Amino acid sequence: MTADIAAILAIDGIATGAVYALVAIGTVLIFTVTRVIFIPFGDIAAFTALTLAALDAKQLPGTVGLVVVLACMACAMEVVSLARTGELRAVPKAVFGYLVLPLIVVGIVWLTMRFNPPMPVRLVLALLLIMPISPLLDRIVFRPIADASVLLLLTVSVALHFALVGLGLLFFGPEGVRTEPLTSMAIEIAGVHVSGQTVLILTAALVFSGLLFLFFDFTLIGKALRATALNRTGARLMGIRPARAGTIAYLLGSLMAGVSGILIAPVNTIFYDSGFLLGLKAFVGAIVGGMASYPGAALGAFGVGIIESFASFQSSTLKDVIVFSLLIPILLWRSFASQHSEEEVEE
Amino acid sequence: MTLQQIRLVIAAAIACLVAAPFVLNPFSITLLNYIGIYALAAIGLALLTGVGGIVSFGQAAFVGVAAYSTAWVTAVNGYSPWLGLVLAVVLTCSIAAILGFVTLRLGGHFLSLSTVAWGLAIAFLFGNIDGLGQHNGISGIPPISIGPLALVESRQIYFLIWAIVVAVLFVCYNLLDSRIGRAMRALRGGNTLVESLGISAFQTKLATFVIAAFLGSLSGWLYAHLGRFVSPGPFEAAMGIEYLMMAMVGGAGSILGGVVGAAIVTLLKNSVQDYLPLIAKGASGQLEIVAFSALFILFLQRARQGIVPFLAGFLPDLKQSRPQAATALPRREQPPPGTLLLKVSDAQRRFGGLVAVNNVSFDVRSGEILGLIGPNGAGKTTMFNLLTGALRANSGEIAFAGRSITRDQQFHIARAGISRTFQHVKLRPRMTLLDNVLLGTYSRTKTGLLAGALRLNQAEEASARYEALRQLERVGLGDKPFELAGNLPLGNQRVLEIARALAADPTLLVLDEPAAGLRRQEKLKLAELLRSLRADHLTILLVEHDMEFVMSLVDRIVVLDFGSKLCEGEPAAIRSDARVQEAYLGGVA
Repeated sequence: MTADIAAILAIDGIATGAVYALVAIGTVLIFTVTRVIFIPFGDIAAFTALTLAALDAKQLPGTVGLVVVLACMACAMEVVSLARTGELRAVPKAVFGYLVLPLIVVGIVWLTMRFNPPMPVRLVLALLLIMPISPLLDRIVFRPIADASVLLLLTVSVALHFALVGLGLLFFGPEGVRTEPLTSMAIEIAGVHVSGQTVLILTAALVFSGLLFLFFDFTLIGKALRATALNRTGARLMGIRPARAGTIAYLLGSLMAGVSGILIAPVNTIFYDSGFLLGLKAFVGAIVGGMASYPGAALGAFGVGIIESFASFQSSTLKDVIVFSLLIPILLWRSFASQHSEEEVEE
Repeated sequence: MTLQQIRLVIAAAIACLVAAPFVLNPFSITLLNYIGIYALAAIGLALLTGVGGIVSFGQAAFVGVAAYSTAWVTAVNGYSPWLGLVLAVVLTCSIAAILGFVTLRLGGHFLSLSTVAWGLAIAFLFGNIDGLGQHNGISGIPPISIGPLALVESRQIYFLIWAIVVAVLFVCYNLLDSRIGRAMRALRGGNTLVESLGISAFQTKLATFVIAAFLGSLSGWLYAHLGRFVSPGPFEAAMGIEYLMMAMVGGAGSILGGVVGAAIVTLLKNSVQDYLPLIAKGASGQLEIVAFSALFILFLQRARQGIVPFLAGFLPDLKQSRPQAATALPRREQPPPGTLLLKVSDAQRRFGGLVAVNNVSFDVRSGEILGLIGPNGAGKTTMFNLLTGALRANSGEIAFAGRSITRDQQFHIARAGISRTFQHVKLRPRMTLLDNVLLGTYSRTKTGLLAGALRLNQAEEASARYEALRQLERVGLGDKPFELAGNLPLGNQRVLEIARALAADPTLLVLDEPAAGLRRQEKLKLAELLRSLRADHLTILLVEHDMEFVMSLVDRIVVLDFGSKLCEGEPAAIRSDARVQEAYLGGVA
């Protein structure tokens, strides 16, 4: 391997790593606020790419159907649970939040589609469409067991991923997509060709993690989220509703996953089931940060990207084996580095 | 229900299994074959996840390793399927041992995540190794032959599969009812509990992990020779969660649950395949996994307990007979009264900048009750954890019976003769009183894994059961040995913990706030019990808040305050000590 190839591989790895970093940060965000290890997160990224591709092709994306189905389910569950506890006055608000709002989003997409919107608008539409999915899934799947152990939530999360993959095929079909590049510019850095897409990926990763940082440190909602992450009961006593904090975390996380999906779609062909590997690799990064630290997660994700890039040069078939085998030493290192208190398995 | 009735039910079930292939059509027999094969993997997972509390998403990978091993031995190299079985078992168990050795020290969800990782990595390997047919898989696997008889038809291999399933069920039930099995059942109570009983949590987890992989390897071997073809698909991550689903739907804590779960999931899958195309044409393959995942999620939300435990709740209780008198277990030689038993010298423990225990020294002499008291935050619990090995001292020495235990692991300390109880009671609520106390005898008994699984342990088991009953009687809980521990009121649960500690025949009994949360009557009874133990020459170290309880009971008191030793002496002297009064009541200016 020459220095040139190494440089190209490194740049490639950093670009992939940046995409993973966005997903990894979202994973950590959701885990700290809700204790859910949200495995389907990569699916959200893949669905965004598929949505964008459908919009590019002037078709109504399958996401529309998915959102409508999920919104109806979530709304029905919320109304039933409100009716059971006798809080009928809250029903209109619930219907608005869980049904009308997602339907408005769908309506906006449907209307805008008729006017052949330009690329930037399509990006926004794809993100808008993808954002309701995780909060709705949260309401349907995780809210009823919000107090269960992390282990049970993880099991549910893995099952949810498989459900989503099936739904993905149903709504998006088996074809892979590759969207048009967002930019065709290219620059030379120290004699190495760097594509505009790579620059864009890096910039987006930096901007969005920066925005998240500002959000956490300088807004009240951000502080409420951090409080929930530290201590749910304490936050609840301070008037913060963990359920709402969870919804916000899912919305923000979806945005990160959506952006990463949009960024990776022009580089890799995305299928309905591409999200699993994307999510898990981001996840390896998140574990480097102990599922708690954002910079740690980002660094880990970059590491995964770079290792994957070099591994695929050595053996493209075994690169995934290499990346996942890496998780074991990382986990060991984490478990020795952090003396976490023993979590008892529930009966 | 009596034991006899249960035997009748088992005999009837086996008769049904034997008769099944003569009555059912070939399709149903094939279905039963697959149920049996999946059941083996699911039983392994029921042991690992339900009994041991280790959620594994990687069982499918172990099944795959075995299936590919035997495919490689038989179809690629042309040897006998029995040689394939040997390689399948050896390879699968070795891989499990290595993976387990590396990952089983991880806590909770990190461990489960690691199973996702290696599960995926192994599944990727199947499709990418050249000698294993890549993504096309390996075909032309020969049938298993027993002597001259080749098991070609599904009716023939049926008997082999279900014979193995039934044998595995028996062996697993025996195992769980033996010394090692009880240790496995205690794993869910957390490492601290398990190690306090002299059990190495790591070794027990490793054993459970390898057993689960072993059952997976049997499943994989049969799978390869039933379908006569292997490809990467059935061993991927989705199948891993399906096995988990089988184990949990059946009732993860129950071995029979593995079989029931495998049957339900397989039959359900089969009928879903029949009916889904009627609802949605063309997309049924995908709807299948959606329907399954949704059902599994619904199940986890609503009925985590599983089917077998749910149904077992309707059965009349099993009438068990009280343990009979048997040869007594060997006893430890107790040191003569008054000799130095435990010596703590300059023990120090820091948590970051906080010095929780600061150069504390004290002695415990055999035959006495020593009270360790102090206001909140004095460092009592930290001191306690240093003694029992739950924490390591930063500096200083702790010697027990003349031997340093400063660096020992918890279970070594427990085996050396220090038994403890917990401030927040740690019992296995779904185990009987007798089984809970039997856990205490672990360090005094020897039966290994295999002897337990094959019931070669009856003499020792009888002694241990008799000993456990004796200890229950000693603390006054001898009337209902088969009650579940979770049904006892708190006071009796604390007493049960003491019985469990006594069953280990300790030299030193350390009690962490035994009177906390007890009513007055219960406290009086507890004090009486502890006095009777002292009369039997047992040494007791007691951490306690309740002054009245301590003052009336102990021989000597050590007072801690802000991590340091304030003073020590007899109760009367401590009561009148000005420094102690100041520490407890605040300074009188």
